[in-house]
Amino acid sequence: MPPDDCLARNEWICGAYLSTRRRILLDATLQHVRITVLAVLIGLLLAVPLALLARRLRPAAGPVLAGTTILYTIPSLAMFSLLLPLYGLSESLVVAGLALYSLTLLVRNILTGLRGVPEETRQAALGLGYGPLRLLLTVELPLALPAAMAGLRVATVSAVSLVTLGAVVGHGGLGNLIYAGMNTYFKAQVLTASVLCVVIAVAADLILLAVQRLITPWTRTERA
Amino acid sequence: MTTPAGTWNWLTDPAHWAGEDGIAHRLLEHVVLTAVCLAVACLIALPVALVLGHLGRGGALAVNISNVGRAVPTFAVLVLLLLTPVGRWGEGPTVVALVLFALPPLLTNAYVGVREVDRDTVRAARGTGMSGRQVLLQVELPLALPMILTGVRTAAVQLVATATIAALAGGGGLGRIITAGFNLASTPQVVAGAVLVAALALLVEGVFAAAERLGPPWTRGGAR
Repeated sequence: MPPDDCLARNEWICGAYLSTRRRILLDATLQHVRITVLAVLIGLLLAVPLALLARRLRPAAGPVLAGTTILYTIPSLAMFSLLLPLYGLSESLVVAGLALYSLTLLVRNILTGLRGVPEETRQAALGLGYGPLRLLLTVELPLALPAAMAGLRVATVSAVSLVTLGAVVGHGGLGNLIYAGMNTYFKAQVLTASVLCVVIAVAADLILLAVQRLITPWTRTERA
Repeated sequence: MTTPAGTWNWLTDPAHWAGEDGIAHRLLEHVVLTAVCLAVACLIALPVALVLGHLGRGGALAVNISNVGRAVPTFAVLVLLLLTPVGRWGEGPTVVALVLFALPPLLTNAYVGVREVDRDTVRAARGTGMSGRQVLLQVELPLALPMILTGVRTAAVQLVATATIAALAGGGGLGRIITAGFNLASTPQVVAGAVLVAALALLVEGVFAAAERLGPPWTRGGAR
């Protein structure tokens, strides 16, 4: 006779589930975080040069923005499918798909930030004898940071939520548990994994907010 | 055979267009599902956002709902609903999950649209003796229309993309072509499904863009 606990009764909230599946939950959470971090970092590494290119060369801005808009219209499930021939059923497939999404959000925000740098500020720096590289690194990029960080936060939170769809190729972090829980009607597993997803998203957002405050101290003093 | 050629052959094979699992039927299911969810979401979100915007209350709520909505994976919501009594109503869980997903852009854009109507214009309307209801319907609503339509457009395109998730839970729509392709390990079919969804999303974006151009001049130029 099976034991009469919350697992056997298939309850939504179940302590026994947490204690017996700790290992599985931890592994899924780690995979979830790993995929998110890799995807957003790769997206960021690609987005910065693209945004700079679009800013420096005016004719490049149109194609870059149009390209990112089209990328963003492709559904996530479809994005994984389109990349399937390149990566096969692997974790890299999910990372690559989500990196492309992050890229689109980041390019737009970084470009908005760069365009928001006042012309007088640039002229003043040039008048002080700043070269183009020094102007970019010490004046333009820092001033574009608030807009870029806002984009980074949206991209990260979206990526955490989209990782779950990686379950369709078997690499979805907590999404794997949700998918498996759906097929076996396992309520505790679905609820626990869903709540963990939201917790990761909120935690990531708060961490990035803290980083933003640290690296842009001038925005704080202005408000005070 | 290479993937693009295989995909093209899959898409142009008349056998894949006919029948219950055919492209034509899945496309219709996808469009109906998207349209129903968009209509329900508009009916819920727009009146609430217009009234809140008119009264100038609940601004933090409108923005926060948008942020929280991004952190909760739609796939998790769908599976959670499937395991509740709602799961027994056929397409019920899919519709509810997608409506919840579509609410944030509609709420935020409509609220911000009404709030951003020039306060002097509103005061002038008040001064001519218009009632609150008349101000909302005859002044604020028309002036906020570009922003509201931008929200509807964003929601529509995102719905087309996200409705693919319905297939993961056994629902209809173009996502079924993708999931069936995964199950058959047929890369051409998976890619063909992805191409169809992306094309539909771009088509919806295009239709909205064209409608904005053909519509009355004051409905144009809504910045996000």
